[in-house]
Formats: sequence, C-alpha cells, structure tokens
Amino acid sequence: MQEVKEFKPNIVAFCCNWCSYAGADLAGSSRLSYPADVKIIRVPCSGRVNPMFILKAFEKGADGVIICGCHPGDCHYNTGNFYARRRMTLLYSMLDYMGIEKGRTRVEWVSAAEGAKFSNVMNKFCGDIKELGECVKLGDIRCKD
Amino acid sequence: MQGLEKKIKDRAIELLESGKVDGIIGWEKGQFIYDPTPAVFTKETGLDNFCYNNFCGANLSKYLVGKITSDKKYAVLLKPCDTYSMNQLITEHRVNRDNIYIIGVGCEGHLDVEKIKRNGISGITGVSVDGENVNVGTIYGESTIAKSDVLLGKCEVCRGNAHKISDELIGEELQTPEASDRFEMVNKLEAMTAEERFAFWKGELSRCIRCNACRNACPACTCRVCVFDNGRSGIDSKANASEFEEQMFHIIRAFHVSARCTDCGECSRVCPENIPLHLLNRKYVKDINEFYGEYQAGEEADQRNPLVNFGDKDIDPTVISDKEGN
Repeated sequence: MQEVKEFKPNIVAFCCNWCSYAGADLAGSSRLSYPADVKIIRVPCSGRVNPMFILKAFEKGADGVIICGCHPGDCHYNTGNFYARRRMTLLYSMLDYMGIEKGRTRVEWVSAAEGAKFSNVMNKFCGDIKELGECVKLGDIRCKD
Repeated sequence: MQGLEKKIKDRAIELLESGKVDGIIGWEKGQFIYDPTPAVFTKETGLDNFCYNNFCGANLSKYLVGKITSDKKYAVLLKPCDTYSMNQLITEHRVNRDNIYIIGVGCEGHLDVEKIKRNGISGITGVSVDGENVNVGTIYGESTIAKSDVLLGKCEVCRGNAHKISDELIGEELQTPEASDRFEMVNKLEAMTAEERFAFWKGELSRCIRCNACRNACPACTCRVCVFDNGRSGIDSKANASEFEEQMFHIIRAFHVSARCTDCGECSRVCPENIPLHLLNRKYVKDINEFYGEYQAGEEADQRNPLVNFGDKDIDPTVISDKEGN
C-alpha cells in the first residue's frame, strides 16, 4: 500500500535580530510550540530584507515567506521597519497583481516579549500555507508550458 | 514637423559652431523614415544625418548617464515627457547638470510604426500629422489613418506639452495628443481573478527573450553593475546565473524602478516581443498614489521619493495578504 505523504511546507521566516528573533527564543523557552517547517533567518532589521531575498527564498523551494520585525515605532534603528513596511506592501501587491497567491507572503510585527504571538503567528501562517499547497506559480510565470 | 526639424538643426549648428556645447544628443536618420536612432552629433560629424520626425520616440535622457565623467558639455533634445526622466536623473546625481544644455523640443505625439504596419500599410516613405489624422505616404500611394490608432503607447497617456526642465525651447507650441486614463488597463487586470491575471502575465512574460532592452533603455535603470549581470559567465549581462533569474527578472526590474519610474514607457516601446512591461511599472505608480499620496517622479528635481520616505500611519502589508476576494 502506498503511503500518502502529508504535505510538509517549507517556510522561511526573516526575523529581526532585536525583536522577533528573541521572540522566537522566548517562545522556545516558554515551551510554546511552533511548526518545525519554519526556517528562521536572522536579519539585523526588517529593513534589511531586500525584495530579492523573498524571491530567492521562493526559488530555493520556499512555499511561504514571512517577515517579522519590531512593531512600527519600536525599531532598534528608529526607522528601518517603516521603510520595510512600504517596500513589502508594494512587493506583495505586485505579486498579487501577477496572480501569485497573496497568502504566501506576510509581514508580522512581533516584539521580543511576544513569544506567544510568535508561536501563534507561525502556527497560523503554516496552516495557511498547508492549505495553499506547494508554490508552483512563481516558478511557472515564464517559459513553462 | 519639417519646419521644426530645420529650426532645431539650425540652432544645433549654431551651438556647435559657437563652441557652447561639444556635442548634441539627438536622432539620426535610419535606413527608413521610421527607424531613427539616437546619436551624438559633433562638429566633426556635422548634422547632415540629423532628423526629427514623428518616429523619434526614443527618450534621450539616459544617453547622458555615460557622459557623467566627461568634462565636455552636451546639448540634449528632450520632448516634454523626457524631461521627467531628466529631472529624476538629476535628483539621483546620475548626470552632471552643469555639463548639460537642455533643449526642449515640441511634440505632437509620436507614432508606432508597428501599429501602422498592422493596419496593412507598408512601404512607408513619409508621414504628416493633420489634426486627428495621419497621412502616410507609401511607395504604393497615400493612405490616411486615425492618429489615435497609431500613437505610441506612451503618447496615448500623454501628460501634456509642458517641459519640466529646459534651458531653451524650440517648437513648444505643438499640441500634444489628448490623454486617456493611464490606469485603465491596470484597473482591468485588478478586476480579474488571480487565475486570470496569472494566465495573462504568463502569456506575456513567456514571450520574453531576455534581451535586456527594457533594462538598457530605461532612464531609471542606471546601476553600473546590475544584479542580473553575471560577471563569471564571460558574456556580461547576457547569461543567467540560474533559471530563476528568467522568472524573477521582470518583478525585480519593476520593483527597482518603482517610485523612480516616471512612466515614460520606454520599456514597452523597445520590447521586441511587445510585452506590456509598463503595466508592471504602472501598477507600482498606482499603488504609490493610492497608499502614500499622489506622486509623480521627475515632476521637479530633488524630490524625495515615497520609498525613501515613510509615514507612521502607513498601511500595513497584511492589508494585501488578508485582502478578500480574488
């Protein structure tokens, strides 16, 4: 009998060193669980995330990309997340415009004290991606017929 | 238009003779009337091959980027829409304003030869715009066609005949064509379902041959080294580092020029596969206008663009991620 394999999504989370990365730590030390499918990449600030990073993550097989930064107004560098907010809004809007499922990309603001929020966000995002299934559209937008 | 060509030519000769400028960046006659190419005219080359007709749609601002390290002074001929790009280049310090003499030239809308040909007209030898109509002279005789049917894509959404920056104007009295709503097609796409939009873009982008013409013609794309240049390939800027580049090129290209794009339409004009690339840029323009207030790149020099700026009440990206419907 063939075994039906459960879909295991690949999720990349870009986490700001000063907040959500510590938030993930807190979630761990508070024994709050979040899916092991989430691969965290530490960045010095959400403003460090170049739109190219997100697309590269999809290239390397990610099914969903989430960016976690400090709450607007609480940036360690004062304004980094404000710039990130504008950039990501525009990029996500463009991906939606091109017909890529809009649920695959997300931005959440998680502080270092919000371990519970971190685990909730990741559980929910992972659930959403599981529903969407494997990301094929982005790789298919050209020359694949 | 012939009168204007003569006027510009005379003035250009005068500027070169007086030594006020060392070169003029203008359009050179091609093999046919409909294929003028941008060229640099100097005292040595003379202006015999100079032309300015209804097919001179190319935006010449970008040709100054390579001259930034030169201590020579260049005059450049700019149509009203090209002056937006010039302002943007000055803002970004990609050109040296002191070494540029800007001659604003009048424009009555430029024509797309492909559109004329698609209307079954071939063997074109001359055109003249007569109000709403274009008289096309061909080797088979004369035909008349509606001007609105054969305008370049960028001229259909013309922003008027005001030059945003210039040192002198020639023929500014020419009437530019009536503009239609430039977001019409973007709105139409937005109203489609995600599947339809995906099919639309897949159909368009699959034709791309990655010739990089859109990147090379774009006045906002001025990085000396581009992320899509692959130095190790030995054939710079032509070979892809991975298949992924093929897919992502257009998203990244459009994102990189967002908020700096003056919507000059060069990307679509130069595309050999007629991909409507301006629709990507225009989506960013529309989003920026909607989310962060009306903004026109290149309206004046030294503006601060919305992506190097922020507001504390900006909308959150989750608005997009959680959007209802298609």
